[in-house]
Amino acid sequence: MTFAANFSLVLPEVILGLSALVLLVWGAFSGKVSPIFNGAAVLALLGAAVAAVVGPHGHAFNGVYAADAAATYAKVAIYLFSAIAVVLGDRWLAVRGDQKFEFAVLVILSALGMGVTASAGDLISLYIGVELQSLALYVLAAFRRDDAKSSEAGLKYFVLGALSSGLLLYGASLIYGFAGSTRFEVIAAAAHGAHGVGLLFGLVFLLCGLAFKVSAAPFHMWTPDVYEGAPTPVVGFFAAAPKLAAMMMFARVLGDAFPDSVAQWRQILVVTALLSVFVGAFAGLAQSNLKRLWAYSSIANVGYALLGVATGGETGLHSMLLFMTLYMVDVTGFFACLQALSRDGKPMETIEDMAGLVKERPGIAVAMTTFSLSALGLPPFSGFWAKFYVFGAAMGSGDVMLQWAAVLGLVGSVVAAFYYLRLIKTMWFDAPAAGVDKPQPTARAIGFAAALFSFPIVLLALVWLDPAAKAAAAAFGHA
Amino acid sequence: MTGLLSLTTFAPLVGVVLLLAVRAAQSDNAKTDNLAKWIALATTLVTFALSVVLVAQFDAKNPGFQFVEDVAWFAGLHYRMGVDGISVLFVLLTTFLLPICIIAGWKSVEKRVVEYLICFLVLETLVIGVFCALDLILFYLFFEGGLVPMFLIIGIWGGKRRVYAAYKFFLYTLLGSVLMLAAILSMISIAHTSSIPELMTFKFAPWLQTWLWLAFFASFAVKMPMWPVHTWLPDAHVEAPTAGSVILAGILLKMGGYGFLRFSLPMFPNASELFQPLVFALSAIAIVYTSLVAFRQTDIKKLIAYSSVAHMGFVTMGIFSGNAAGEQGAIFQMLSHGLISGALFLCVGVVYDRMHTREIAFYGGLTNRMPWYAAVFMLFTMGNVGLPGTSGFVGEILTMTGTYKASTWTALVAASGVIFSAVYALNLYRRVMFGEIVNPELKDITDLDKREILIFAPLIIGTLVLGVYPNLVFNLTASSVDGLVGAWRAAVGG
Repeated sequence: MTFAANFSLVLPEVILGLSALVLLVWGAFSGKVSPIFNGAAVLALLGAAVAAVVGPHGHAFNGVYAADAAATYAKVAIYLFSAIAVVLGDRWLAVRGDQKFEFAVLVILSALGMGVTASAGDLISLYIGVELQSLALYVLAAFRRDDAKSSEAGLKYFVLGALSSGLLLYGASLIYGFAGSTRFEVIAAAAHGAHGVGLLFGLVFLLCGLAFKVSAAPFHMWTPDVYEGAPTPVVGFFAAAPKLAAMMMFARVLGDAFPDSVAQWRQILVVTALLSVFVGAFAGLAQSNLKRLWAYSSIANVGYALLGVATGGETGLHSMLLFMTLYMVDVTGFFACLQALSRDGKPMETIEDMAGLVKERPGIAVAMTTFSLSALGLPPFSGFWAKFYVFGAAMGSGDVMLQWAAVLGLVGSVVAAFYYLRLIKTMWFDAPAAGVDKPQPTARAIGFAAALFSFPIVLLALVWLDPAAKAAAAAFGHA
Repeated sequence: MTGLLSLTTFAPLVGVVLLLAVRAAQSDNAKTDNLAKWIALATTLVTFALSVVLVAQFDAKNPGFQFVEDVAWFAGLHYRMGVDGISVLFVLLTTFLLPICIIAGWKSVEKRVVEYLICFLVLETLVIGVFCALDLILFYLFFEGGLVPMFLIIGIWGGKRRVYAAYKFFLYTLLGSVLMLAAILSMISIAHTSSIPELMTFKFAPWLQTWLWLAFFASFAVKMPMWPVHTWLPDAHVEAPTAGSVILAGILLKMGGYGFLRFSLPMFPNASELFQPLVFALSAIAIVYTSLVAFRQTDIKKLIAYSSVAHMGFVTMGIFSGNAAGEQGAIFQMLSHGLISGALFLCVGVVYDRMHTREIAFYGGLTNRMPWYAAVFMLFTMGNVGLPGTSGFVGEILTMTGTYKASTWTALVAASGVIFSAVYALNLYRRVMFGEIVNPELKDITDLDKREILIFAPLIIGTLVLGVYPNLVFNLTASSVDGLVGAWRAAVGG
């Protein structure tokens, strides 16, 4: 394959990489953030998404890099949500008089990392993508460097993230040792060979590292603290795009490199998934801070998505991709609403702060109710369809373990229902406390759009999302 | 006429849009509220008219589904609607009770009126959808969606312990429903269709039927509610506003019975036969036990709530009797209970609006001051007891006849429930109505006003007409019920 042909396959990442550098220089020389600057950042991300859609499919650089339907699907979602994060983050910092041009650059760099992991066809490219993404995210978590909590969140995230990267690398080196290659297709072939058990040994470490990144129990401990400390729009970003990217890593590693060891990795994933669901459900009951609450909610939701990965195959990965897409809209909308709200200039972050919100700000209250009900999995909101796909795949797998896991997962969702209801109850039943400021218009608009997607747009959107995700899921296993 | 079902189902949503528009356009609260009430009433009346047209055009001789609409959706799902003899009358019951609910809250609801009306209209759409959906997932959509408006109705406009009751209602029902969802998903994956008519003829393996039946039972038994999972109902009823209680007892409980008829019996016939003794036992316990519990209540609403559980015992018993008399009786009992229990909750609402208490001990001697009210309350008490001439009698006698053929002992125990119901209902009537007025606060209590008479009139007519001429119902249900019973007999070889 010629260099130009390879180049055309990685065009989205090239666009992002170049724009990150250009924006960095631009920002350094102009010194301040203008709407044009942010517009350029958003355009770069959208341009990369378009490039991913229209670009050719194939394997670049000797299979190190896969540009297929799965990568396209994930990249469109990741770049789109990164663009939203640029806008939301800028507005949030502007309110605090703390706009910095590095924000957009860091988001683009992390999006670049996520794009690379989504296309990874090799352990090295996977690791490079993970690290690029993570390093940018550590800095974003600590973006308000004068705020003790934000700095703490960044440091915690960094230390634990480094540990998980270590695990991931250790697993990768074991796999390389036993397979003799870092390429996924070679690993897949080696799994049938003499060193199959050794490969699985490496895979366990690799999965632990990935579980860290995706904040699945029992590797979830960093999540609540980081979510609580990090700036709100950054949390909204964390909970959306990087989660999909991490799920894509699971799908890449398991679907491309270990497709025939389903019976082995399925057990690990089912246990992790159920633990996540129940940790998320029970620990969430005790939370009063909404960002912490949503951290546990995201742990539970990751559990559901992992159940989709555990089902494996085309239906399982199809369900996981749709689950993550629908979840990303919800969580982005929720944090956009949270960011739009303040009382006397102070952010509203606890459940009690939301008392009687429906009287004060009916629009935002209805939107947040929609996200809560959706996260609860109540029809006809998007969260129900997310669960419909995941549990449908598990029930249809014919594997008794998965079927019971699905039933237990559904029961777990009833436990979690309590804290979503508590938020709704506080907003609708309690007496309002006055003094809610005028909401930040951009964040509110994004929150409303997400709420409208959650219901009723989702009922139509799935008509084309469903086949798109199906095509994406079919692409796995052809490394 | 195609599209009539969707029109009926979604007509209330048009009212919701109008209400939102009114709220956005007008700032004067009292004026907005008044206009909103009229819009809501008009919407429910139009919906009722549409459902009357539906019933009028319904072909009673056709046992299959009519007015079928079918549009392909995504992931193999369909937007598929249709009614048969079993469901069409529940649609009518729903649209019949909704205008009454709106009028019932005309004066007593003072805060957040527009939201209140929106909740009721949304609920109406969802409930009609439950009875019309012919796709499993569409059914689940409507079935579960109804939790939210009811949660808000109890939680915002309810009594003192409204939050507790709202949680309990929501979580109880949700737990039952997620198990049903698991069963629905596995059914779709096995049968490769989510179409209810196709699934009704699909033969699931007997061992699988057992599991699926239990999962559906978890949901419908809670909704019904059956003993011992009935404990959410008294709390929900006591705390809900009057109209909320009416819609809960009158319509929402029927979704459980409808579910048994639509899913459990035709789709899992072998399991239904296997679990028949279980259902009979639970029904008999419900009838006797909750009647005794009702007798000990000090709160009027709680008493009627427990009596609802007892009456639903007759319904479950009739449904699983597996013969035409039992099924017909169960459907009839559900319709009749919808009218009678709804009316009884409205009766409680009448005195509650005036005195703001539901304690039985507070009242006494109301006949002296409220003769009209006493007469209305008497009629519905008699209906509740099952006096011949009221609709309550027909349902009870038929379910017992049906059950007698299947299990003599169950029918015998259930028959004792009829006596118990007379004991608690008449005792309630005696303590609230008869005697002299002792409580000085009751000296100035006023009789029914025109609005209240307007609410009760259709319910009185309904109860008496159905009691005297039950064939109005049976003519419509007969062919579908025969089809259901025939299929069940063929499947279990009885």
